[in-house]
Formats: sequence, structure tokens, C-alpha cells
Amino acid sequence: MDRPKVKKWQEPASIDAYPLGATCDSDHLVSINAGWRTFKPVIDHDKCVMCLRCFLVCPDGVIDKSGPQLEIDYDYCKGCGVCAHECKLKCITMVKEEK
Amino acid sequence: MTQKWNAKTLTNKELFYGHKACGGCGESLAVRLAMKVLGEKAFAALPAGCMSAVSFIYPNMAFTTNAIITPFASTGAVASGMAAGLKALGIEDTYVVGFAGDGGTADIGIQALSGAIDRNDNIVYICNDNEAYMNTGIQKSGLTPYGSKTTTTPAGQNLPGSITMKKNMFEIVAAHDIAYAATASVGYLEDFMNKVQKAKETKGTSYIHVFAPCPTGWGHETHITIDLAKQAVDCGLWYLAEYENGAFKLNRNPKEFASVEDYLKVQSRFKHLTSQDVALIIDERDKKWAKMRRDWTE
Repeated sequence: MDRPKVKKWQEPASIDAYPLGATCDSDHLVSINAGWRTFKPVIDHDKCVMCLRCFLVCPDGVIDKSGPQLEIDYDYCKGCGVCAHECKLKCITMVKEEK
Repeated sequence: MTQKWNAKTLTNKELFYGHKACGGCGESLAVRLAMKVLGEKAFAALPAGCMSAVSFIYPNMAFTTNAIITPFASTGAVASGMAAGLKALGIEDTYVVGFAGDGGTADIGIQALSGAIDRNDNIVYICNDNEAYMNTGIQKSGLTPYGSKTTTTPAGQNLPGSITMKKNMFEIVAAHDIAYAATASVGYLEDFMNKVQKAKETKGTSYIHVFAPCPTGWGHETHITIDLAKQAVDCGLWYLAEYENGAFKLNRNPKEFASVEDYLKVQSRFKHLTSQDVALIIDERDKKWAKMRRDWTE
């Protein structure tokens, strides 16, 4: 899986440690979006033919195509269901999150 | 040969990731794919609007490339400045892209955009059209269509929501005799990505107007975003076209339109429309298409 990871955020200890002006590092994530989700997409890898439609249409880009089978980054999936709806073979099911 | 983009040729690396846009956001998909096509050496300028509000939440930063928030009215001007700065520093092989919403393009940022096109600065300007000011809580913009309910055009006994049609932004931009302009939809993603590629290769200003549904503002289910954007094109309420070398070209000319009612009825912003309102929308659509089919090539 090649997706940006959460970085540990430390409050600057002194005023000098703050960035100059309103700037910050790019590719810097300190919180995940998994809590937004009510349903999570689960791929049936036996049915999946790797057409990559879900990879293309995901607004959050959480579907990784680099491995032998598709992988979902559940840290950032918001459970919108676009992938399941767009999948022509219907091999993505939306499963209720239980916690 | 021009690179053709599809899910297979697209890089796996995400350049816009971990943003806080609502689930099923069409606009964030447009930004995500445009960034992938433009590549890691793209410099982005975003005015106030959803896309800057969801990605620049200090210390979160969803872009993995250089990006800046501009004053609301000056996406075009800031992008121009960035292009000039890159040229002055001798940094080559880069692209400057402006991502503004419909309000930031058609209302508030129109003069800065017009200036940039006039100077023919080497920038790509992408207008994410979700048909209202969504970031501030759904107010009418110049690109809100007739009959759409927003907080500033409430629907009631006297008015059917917005009483104006969409401003014709694509043709306003084309009237500048811009190097390249196109309309696109997140329902036709390959078409959109290839237009971004064309814009990337264009020397001078290029403009892409991408139609992107907003589940929060339009009141539709999150999973139908892409479907809805496709339906809008199929029913004729949006169109895919290009302008280059002084000529308009219609990319998609459906023989028969899909049902406008089917498109409208799944969105709560159009829930209140009467059959007369729908007839008026269809009538306006037909007038627009008659003109496009007469004057534009296919």
C-alpha cells in the first residue's frame, strides 16, 4: 500500500519553532477520516477482475492498485459508497461498521 | 503522441490525499485526478472555497505538492504570479494550476481570470462547478441553475428557488479567444483527464470547466455522485465541448436525451419543482442545444 500515513504532530515548544508566516509542510496528515464512516466497502477479490473503475472514481483515492489485488486504506475511506455503486461486477459490498 | 489517460495509465501515487471533503464529493475527485495528470511538479493555487477549506487545515495539508490559498477574487492573478515567479527562477517543466469553485470563477474571481487570459499567462485554470457557494452553506452563485433551492434563493409559494439560468461561463472564457477551453464532467472521467492533459500541453492560458455534483448542497445520496454527473450530460443539462483555434467543438451530441425528470427528482434542491418549471428547464435546454448544434462542429 502506497498511501500517505498519519504523522505524529508535536506542538512547537517555543515561538521560534513555528513556521514563518502561514506556511506548513505539504503531505502532512495528523488525523484520519475513518470515524466518518457508517458503512465500509469490502472487495470480493474472487470476483474482482481489476478493471480499476473503483480506483478511478474514489473521491478520496483510498484504493491502492500497486499490489496483486486492490487494497483499501480504511484510515481515509469515508464510506461514501461510490466504489460499490460504480463496480460493474458488483464485487464491492458496503458492510455496516460495528464497534 | 499525446498521453491518453485512463485508470490503467494513471499513477497510483496520490497527490491530494486525506482531505476533509464530505463523502462522495465530486469536486475533490476532479482535483485528485487533475493533480495526477499534472504531476508532482504542479503548483496549485486555490481561493477560498471547499477545496482549500478541506485540505489546508493546519497542521494538516492534503496536497503533496506546493499549493497556496489565494484571496477569493484572485485565483487567476496568483496563478499568473506563480507562473512568472517560476519563469524568473528558471524552474522549468512545471505547471501552474488554479482550482476555483463556480462562485470563485463566475462571480468573484472573473476579473482576475479575465486578466490572466488577456495576458495569456501559462496557467491551467480549472473551475469546479457544483452550482452554488457550498463551502459557506449553499448560497446561489452565477452558475446556479434555474429552480435550484439554495439558502439565498429559498423555494416557496412565490419563487421556485433560483430564477436565473446558469451564466454561460465557458463561452465567456472562449470569447477572450483563449488558447484552449473545455467543459467536462466527473461522470466522464477519461474525457476530463484527457482535457487536463491537453490544457497541460497548451502554451498560454487554458480553462477547464468541470461539472461536479455536491451531495451536501444538492441533497442526493453520496454513492450516486458519478452517476448523477453522467446523467446531467446525458439529459442535456450539461454538455462536453472544447474551444481551440477559434472554433467550438461539441464532443458529445446525444441523439436522444435521457430523462430530465430522472436527473432532477433524486436531488432535494429540485424537489419542489412543478411540471411547468420542468417544462421551462427542458425548453431552455432545447434552445441551447439548437444553437450549439447549428454553430459548433462535432
